[in-house]
Amino acid sequence: MLSKTFKGGVHLKYYKELTENKPIRRVSLPQEIIIPLLQHAGAACVPIVKPGDLVETGMLIAESEKLISAPIHSPVSGKIKAIKKTCHPIIGACNSVVIIPDGKNEAEKFLKPICQDTDGLNSSEIIAIVHRCGIVGLGGAAFPTHIKLSPPKDKHIDTFILNGAECEPFLTCDDRMMQERPEGIIKGALLIMKAVKITSGIIAIEDNKPRAISAMQSALDMIHPSGQAIRIVTLRTKYPQGGEKQLIKAILGREVPPLKLPFDVGCIVENVQTAYAIYEAVYCNKPLYERAITVTGDAIEEPANLLVKIGTPVSHIVKNCGGIKGKLGKLIIGGPMMGIAQYATDVPVVKAVSGILALSKESARIDTQEYCIRCGKCKESCPVNLIPTDIAKAAECSHFDIATTLNATDCIECGCCSYVCPSHIPLVQLIKHAKRSIACQI
Amino acid sequence: MPDMIYVTSSPHIHSGKSVKKIMWSVFAALIPAGLWGIYAYGLRALYLIIASILTCIITEALILKLRKKPVAISDGSAVLTGLLLAYNVPPDLPVWTICIGAVFAIAIVKQAFGGLGRNIFNPALAARAFLMASWPTYMVTFQNPRWNTDALTSATPLTNIKHDFGFANPTYLDLFIGNRGGCIGEACTVALIAGALFLLYKRYISLRIPVSFILTVAFLSWAFLGKDMFQGDSLFYIMSGGLMLGAFFMATDYVTSPITKRGKIVFGIMCGVLTFVIRKWSGYPEGVCYSILIMNAATPMIERFTKPGRFGKG
Repeated sequence: MLSKTFKGGVHLKYYKELTENKPIRRVSLPQEIIIPLLQHAGAACVPIVKPGDLVETGMLIAESEKLISAPIHSPVSGKIKAIKKTCHPIIGACNSVVIIPDGKNEAEKFLKPICQDTDGLNSSEIIAIVHRCGIVGLGGAAFPTHIKLSPPKDKHIDTFILNGAECEPFLTCDDRMMQERPEGIIKGALLIMKAVKITSGIIAIEDNKPRAISAMQSALDMIHPSGQAIRIVTLRTKYPQGGEKQLIKAILGREVPPLKLPFDVGCIVENVQTAYAIYEAVYCNKPLYERAITVTGDAIEEPANLLVKIGTPVSHIVKNCGGIKGKLGKLIIGGPMMGIAQYATDVPVVKAVSGILALSKESARIDTQEYCIRCGKCKESCPVNLIPTDIAKAAECSHFDIATTLNATDCIECGCCSYVCPSHIPLVQLIKHAKRSIACQI
Repeated sequence: MPDMIYVTSSPHIHSGKSVKKIMWSVFAALIPAGLWGIYAYGLRALYLIIASILTCIITEALILKLRKKPVAISDGSAVLTGLLLAYNVPPDLPVWTICIGAVFAIAIVKQAFGGLGRNIFNPALAARAFLMASWPTYMVTFQNPRWNTDALTSATPLTNIKHDFGFANPTYLDLFIGNRGGCIGEACTVALIAGALFLLYKRYISLRIPVSFILTVAFLSWAFLGKDMFQGDSLFYIMSGGLMLGAFFMATDYVTSPITKRGKIVFGIMCGVLTFVIRKWSGYPEGVCYSILIMNAATPMIERFTKPGRFGKG
């Protein structure tokens, strides 16, 4: 059978072999847990604890009354040390709750499913649990899931897509989750379908993960959902297959219009880890306070897939993986195509972090930029039909009106253009600059 | 002080492609055609190639120095211009002439417009047109391959047919292997195709421009260049003259041809139409060079009208 795919994109070198055979394991407790109050798209939370308070694992520590936000829970049992401004891996800096763990392991209470019968739950009850447990999209955008599960009434949703593409090189945590915990993921997916009241679901996995595909298939055969049609679709391995718009295009042939969202074309897309978090929330009453991440790169001594508590400092995790091999060139939160290079190693893991990538001095080398020779490779690789070099030239001269007419705002920032550019022009950076400037003008 | 780490915007990995690799690959792809030129027309061809490349390098280095820019000769672009210019002149051209052409190509056509990536016209072709205008006699004097006993100086197959000189036309096989008079690099069709296949395999060029260019010439020649309508000898017309070299190596020049897919096809078709028009009605027997130059000027306009459709808008 032909695997499905989309137009544009690039074939990358994946480096997944570093960790694809490493089972997900836990990390030891760090000295300090740092919980930023903004871990999601939307409004920051307000702490409901104060220094000196004792907290338990899974206890609510911050929430917000704003519509688009998600509550935050303590991942450990311990004492609040301070509430202060700290480094944040994505937004730079943020007020955070700092907790000193006391080592009491109270996590057992969330390990056993307490609710076996989910048939009795209706849509709004599921969404309420998702909201209460602070679940956000774990694919990277960290959009509060309860909002996503409550699309406007006038939108007709017909298909749920479970995103197991994991197209970023190096990262394998979703792959491992699908191999190790397929039942939970599928149960979570079924809950999502129930929450948005649809019966048709698709599990999308790239064809470079055959073991995840077979694990998910056998779990699917075992669970055998009644009244809900859910099936696996194999996608051709190509970056950025896991991008929402590319995924929908590849599977359903529908294009999400500019500035519109998946539900405008009748879809809802969730990452596999989000589905698993929903499963744990509904079945085990477990709030989202830990997630699977991949720690990898040629500067990591022992690359691994880890289950980490939110708030664990990156430096602690790196130490747990044998430390830095040789000289560290670049520390990236996320994958190599869209991840964010860090200034400091003491940033904490937040809900949106899917990987920690440490590159050696050699791999992180910055090539000298040359003139554009108009080879058009950037245009060929662009999955949203832009001409990146033209937008970049406009952005360089601060001609943001021209950048607007070239549809700069359609850019999904996947990085394909910069990746292929033989002149090493930071195209996506220039386009991001144009996007920010256009947004400021409006 | 702790070790410094790099902080840049994403992405953090790169394909490893570089301008240098592309330029030198095109250079390598052109070598077989040049070897045939030297073999067929003698060492004079080699001297012209060397003179052209050296002059290009020196001119480029001097101007970059004057412009206080890094002297990036190793990127291969000046070398490639030199090679292509030599391929587009007759093997009998005096060496000083090609040197002037090379200076013109680099100084006027390329650097005066801002250097690599900024030029409007293909430097080698513009220099050829300049030489054609300045020293036409030298530029239309061709010689047969060394082993041909008849006339030392002869006409190219296209001149022969245009002016009815009455020489016997070469066979398809002659045209395919390059057993004919012509410019240094244009004669050997098989070598040019081999080079083009290499570039296609490396995905450095696409088929859009060359195929639409060649097919247009083939169709129009078949339709209008025969004794009667639709009796023209397409194969003859696409293998004589500089069409193969022009379509695969000159019209596909990144800097001076459209980026868009549809634009490439429009560019190729228009090159073909102009080539046909010049061959049929102008005073020149060959029109590949001028047609590409004219279309170079039209490139920004073609791009404007062939922008890809917006994602999500049909």
